[in-house]
Amino acid sequence: MNRDMIVHAVAGGAVTLAVTFAAAWLSASPDWESLGPDQALVRISFTHGGDRSASCRDRTEEELAALPKNMRRKQICDRSRPSVYVELDMDGETVLIRDLPPSGLSGTGTSRIYQRIEVPAGEHDFVARLRDNPATEGFDYTAEDSVNLRPGQSYVIEFDVEKGGFQFK
Amino acid sequence: MSRARKLLQRGFDRVERGFDLIFGPEWNPLAQLGPLGWLMFWVVAGTGLYLFIFFDTGVHAAYDSVEWLTNDHWFHAGLARSLHRYASDLMVMVMLVHIVREFVNDRYRGKRWFSWLTGVPVLWFVYISGITGYWLVWDRLAQYVALVSTELLDAVPIFAEPIARNFLTPESLSDRFFTLMVFLHIAIPLMLLLMMWIHIQRINEARTRPPRGLTLMTLGALVVVSFLLPAVSQGPADLATVPQTIGIDWFFLSLYPVIEMVPPGVIWTGVLLFSVLLAGLPWMPPRREADAAQVFLDHCNGCNRCVVDCPYSAITLVPRSDDLPFSHEAKVNPDRCVACGICMGACPSSTPFRRGAELVTGIDLPGRPLAELREEVIAAAAELTGPGRVLTLSCEHGAGVDAEPGRVVLPCVAMAPPSMVDFILSRDLADGVCVAGCAERECYHRYGRDWTEKRFARERDPYLRERVPRERVLTVWEGQTESGKLKAEVQSFSERLAAMPAYERARPLRPEDHGAPPADTTKADTTKADTTEAGKTGDAT
Repeated sequence: MNRDMIVHAVAGGAVTLAVTFAAAWLSASPDWESLGPDQALVRISFTHGGDRSASCRDRTEEELAALPKNMRRKQICDRSRPSVYVELDMDGETVLIRDLPPSGLSGTGTSRIYQRIEVPAGEHDFVARLRDNPATEGFDYTAEDSVNLRPGQSYVIEFDVEKGGFQFK
Repeated sequence: MSRARKLLQRGFDRVERGFDLIFGPEWNPLAQLGPLGWLMFWVVAGTGLYLFIFFDTGVHAAYDSVEWLTNDHWFHAGLARSLHRYASDLMVMVMLVHIVREFVNDRYRGKRWFSWLTGVPVLWFVYISGITGYWLVWDRLAQYVALVSTELLDAVPIFAEPIARNFLTPESLSDRFFTLMVFLHIAIPLMLLLMMWIHIQRINEARTRPPRGLTLMTLGALVVVSFLLPAVSQGPADLATVPQTIGIDWFFLSLYPVIEMVPPGVIWTGVLLFSVLLAGLPWMPPRREADAAQVFLDHCNGCNRCVVDCPYSAITLVPRSDDLPFSHEAKVNPDRCVACGICMGACPSSTPFRRGAELVTGIDLPGRPLAELREEVIAAAAELTGPGRVLTLSCEHGAGVDAEPGRVVLPCVAMAPPSMVDFILSRDLADGVCVAGCAERECYHRYGRDWTEKRFARERDPYLRERVPRERVLTVWEGQTESGKLKAEVQSFSERLAAMPAYERARPLRPEDHGAPPADTTKADTTKADTTEAGKTGDAT
């Protein structure tokens, strides 16, 4: 190793070390504030299929007679699902209104939502309403909850018919 | 555009000169960005495999195992974790600088489109590999990355239900999710490796290893930093809360704050447009390149020298297609040939001493044939005056890019066969020859400098003949911003030459030396006299 190489090894090594330190620092700094210090996060999310019963009707005698015997089902319904309508109030003010169309190319899948709402931490009253049958006047499901949200808390509103409708977590 | 590019090129050249002073040209990291990227990949791959031994998949097990290896076994597994992270960051850094540098140096268009285009997926695979890695730690940062990533992915309506629902509550996340993430974090880097391999396919003798000194420096720095500033987790993920303030890796996650602030549709559109723009750059506009090299079978014996010297794998040997008694012949792939002329300089048939009516070589550039080059050299020599005449063969990407009296600018100095130097000196066209190529740290055409040095040192065919006095040949490797330095070196060389006795083998150029029909005695004498007279005039000056 000649003198030049030693100089380059020392000088280059020092620069490489400095660059690597800078890279290591940038790999965790500076901090990013994703959510304000006094904020909490409310998320409403569910998948739910609209009720198709409103579109059902009985087949006429003529229609039934035109069908093979093994296919003579009395009731006929639309293949596609209706959309699901959902509203969310916070402290008496509506913060979310959504008409959720069914998924799938033919509209036969469930309606889906994942919505995040950043709110100030503290006491809040929530009222969630959902209509999944277009024939219903008003809403098929309604639920409310009061919660004291801590800063950084994740508050989740889900919906599951089998569990009785809205779930506040 | 070309004016702006020129300015940027000069800017890069100046910065690289600074790095030359610190690292030396051989270890200059800016000239080793590709090999450094490969080195970082192998460090990440090696440490990743090691970490996998200790890593447990599971909602709680993942974080616990990472904490265990970081704290309880900091001296090996913790070190591996830090190396894994910091080498990944350095990989992003060298990759981004590599992209900008290749763009600025205009090495992405024309026949080089393939390397550029295949580099675009490499860019994204590096990012996706890193992002999936951050999930595995399952700390607060991982939770943040998971949330933002899945919310962005959910904007593309291809999933049966929103993936972000997996991260709604502590109960909604299962251990199996981590098995999937481990699979992705192994599969995606493997695909990255495949893309990196494809990326260098159209490059002959692709450099995938940095010089040993630079390798040791980089690895040493990584180890030191890993011990002094070890990578640590940011507290266990807790889906009952959301991360408010986190330290993010700005190399991999710098887009994440933007994703939070801008609607997903804008992000996806931006990413798509950026990718299309990046991939399409080689055609915006395409570079008009000189015609590809052409093989002249009558002068090609299939010696293979052009094949091994071509930096772009544009030449192959194929079975002979004519009746000459050789087994193979060279074949040029025009889609890969950038017309650098290195093949012409490598061909043993490329000798300007040939006296035939037409100077033809085994492999020639249609746009700048050897015969024309010889005439240019003779014309340039005629411009030289005074004692210590120096004829410069310079590279169009180095310090000698501008046309000057006594200078012949070439696409690459390795285009000139060593016999051209012999020709210049022995035909008394100049007292010395200066070969001025690109900066020593990196040749624009990758191997022009290496091949030239080795040919002159008689280590690589075709050799510079032993009879050529080495003291009359100067090689200068300077970048674009060093024209003054080149001028000074040529001046000093000229002074040294002037102090030397005349080259004893030199004899004046005769018309038949460069393809003219043999002249009658009277005319030959006149020509000789003219040339000698010119030399005398020069001496007098």
